[in-house]
Amino acid sequence: MLIQRVFLSILAVVAVPAVLVVYMFLSEKGLIKSKRKSFTDRIRPLLWLLPALLLISGILIYPVINTVVLSFMSANSTEFVGLKNFAYIFAEKEMLIVLRNNALWVVFFTLLTVTLGLLIAVLTDRVKYESVAKAFIFLPMAISFVAAGVIWKFMYEFRPIGTPQIGTVNAILTGLISDFKPQAWLSNRSQNNWALIIVGVWMWTGFAMVILSAALKGIPYQLVEAARIDGANEFNIFFRIILPLMKNTVVVVTTTLVINVLKIFDIVYVMTNGNLGTEVIANRMYKEMFTYRNFGRASALAVLLLVVIIPVMLINIRRLKEGGARG
Amino acid sequence: MIKKGNLHRVFLFLLMALVISGLCFAGGKKEEKAAAPEEPKGTGKVTVMAVWGGQELEVFREMLKPFEERTGYKVEYEGTRDLDAILTTRVEAGNPPDIAGLPGPGKMAQFAAEGKLVDLSTVLDMERIKADYAQGWIDLGTVDGKLVGLFTKAAIKGLIWYRPDQKEKLGFAIPESWDQLISISKNISDKGVAPWAIGLESGAASGWVGTDWLENIFLKTHGPEKYEAWYKGEIPWTSGEVRRVWQEWGKIVADEKMIYGGKQYVLSTNFGQAHAPLFADPPQAIFHHQATFIVGFIQDQFPDLKPGENYTFFKFPYVNSKWAKSVEAAGDVFGMFNKTPEAVALMNYLSTPEAQAYWVSGTGALSPNRNVSLVFYPDEITKEAAKILKESEMVVFDASDMMPGEMNNAFWSAVMDYVENPANLDSILERLEKVRKEAY
Repeated sequence: MLIQRVFLSILAVVAVPAVLVVYMFLSEKGLIKSKRKSFTDRIRPLLWLLPALLLISGILIYPVINTVVLSFMSANSTEFVGLKNFAYIFAEKEMLIVLRNNALWVVFFTLLTVTLGLLIAVLTDRVKYESVAKAFIFLPMAISFVAAGVIWKFMYEFRPIGTPQIGTVNAILTGLISDFKPQAWLSNRSQNNWALIIVGVWMWTGFAMVILSAALKGIPYQLVEAARIDGANEFNIFFRIILPLMKNTVVVVTTTLVINVLKIFDIVYVMTNGNLGTEVIANRMYKEMFTYRNFGRASALAVLLLVVIIPVMLINIRRLKEGGARG
Repeated sequence: MIKKGNLHRVFLFLLMALVISGLCFAGGKKEEKAAAPEEPKGTGKVTVMAVWGGQELEVFREMLKPFEERTGYKVEYEGTRDLDAILTTRVEAGNPPDIAGLPGPGKMAQFAAEGKLVDLSTVLDMERIKADYAQGWIDLGTVDGKLVGLFTKAAIKGLIWYRPDQKEKLGFAIPESWDQLISISKNISDKGVAPWAIGLESGAASGWVGTDWLENIFLKTHGPEKYEAWYKGEIPWTSGEVRRVWQEWGKIVADEKMIYGGKQYVLSTNFGQAHAPLFADPPQAIFHHQATFIVGFIQDQFPDLKPGENYTFFKFPYVNSKWAKSVEAAGDVFGMFNKTPEAVALMNYLSTPEAQAYWVSGTGALSPNRNVSLVFYPDEITKEAAKILKESEMVVFDASDMMPGEMNNAFWSAVMDYVENPANLDSILERLEKVRKEAY
């Protein structure tokens, strides 16, 4: 066993690069020998690309295709069921709540994060202690989602009226407002989704802020000054000059956040596990896959996410390209 | 053309080499670690996967010491709270641990049906097992006539905890029947104290505490046979029998005066802290329903309290006196995936009274092995519970654990939904019924 493994390790470390080198060497040799130059010019990039392409198809393209195929199959992937899994997603009452929650997350998480990020970027731009303020806002980015979930679970802790509130949120609110009733933030349906979204915003505002702030710094000072001389007020300067110039960055930040939030999982998993109407697609996918062993539905949910994310991703890539060309 | 064929082969080889290198990097490191210490006797190792951490894990390590010294084998333990997902993935990948705690009898049956589990009757000394274990435990570990699961520790579910000093102060008698329990609870709530402290939160498994309630009420209303039919999916959730059970529980949980802190507190309080109001000064609640293992939690939080003296329990009351002697139990069941000599030795050791005495004295768990002497039980209440288990005529297993994963999960969530809004009982049961039709 051990010898076998050692042998395999050596094989992998030595043989794989060796094979690659030999492959390149042989293909180049073949190409150089060949007389038809136009043909070799066309074939050469392909030959160099091929190993990478093979790798990508093995670890990226094949799983995607397989997932799509599985999404049309039954729970244990033995028989073809057509669109049944997708019908389940869009017809079941429980699943509609899941879709609604994802929509809530996409709209409000993104809106809040971008707005707050932009606001903080613009405001801190004008103060001396900018770096300190930004560091504090950025700090939550350094925490893992799971840790943030656990931290906020403590923050949201609920104790009945009349007993000491050990959750920060309830303690502050009952302390400040005399007739405030402590809330079970995570189990009350009217507010638990918002409570979770706030955790997400708390984590990601720093990300939006840093990128937007960088874009803001890239705007030439002369432009703003010229506008001031022409008599524009600060409000006009922001909406007519700064914001249009930052448009590309705002779009990229927004789309990045949308892609991230569509896949939101950890916060919900740690804090409520989707109970009491807080389930989201990724959470449900995990459950279908690992708890219910329903490969069909889990794959259908994965495909749904993929289909929703692809257009956003395309926008993101296109904007990124444009931005790159300009900058 | 020939050239192209060669090229293909080269690429294929390349890809394979990459894959193989990945595989052996993943496995290679571990091997070195295990092979390093040269033991004089055996040098084999056995891998074990279970959910234990903290104190339970310490006790398990203690238990393994004599085994490792005697045999020279090394036990490699891997702990995870997400046992279901991780074990299933490992089994499917063809890389299971040698011995693993199984996520429940439902999963055990599934693994057994797929032929993944070793028939333990071929590796254990069955005569000794039959002497050590009540037939009920053996039956629970048997699937299609093969013994595939061995119970190593157990807990009694459906015990109601209270403080003897409060019993004296409030002047109630230990209730025999459910109706008595309800009327005592009403009396207490009339005095302005919440009778019940309940907490349902438990991360990914939130709601299981409520399933224990419902299972006990079901058992004590309809008896073990119906109970079995229920978890086997033969009784519709929308039937009157099941509905009645929820409504009985509703007498407590749907009444804000009966529960400490109201439903929001019940929904958001972790089960491991739910007993705390009983021990506040003055007490905020009088009763707490939980399995035997809660003693460990109480000891952790209130080390000064003496079990048996400051708090104790009574058995879940009967709804129908015919089923007064039935008991719901739960336990850790172990299965074997690889039949190596090391794993066989460990499995045999785990089943012995010697090994199980460690659990009993170290964690306050009960042993399903009836030859574990009562002297090992650390305190009066665990002794009492062990006696109930030994003497009980009708032991049934935790029903939700016996249900398929999807059903079990839906059951947990349904408990949360019911407590949140008991008026929705109809739609909650309809939803469960829908899952039942799909899951079985």
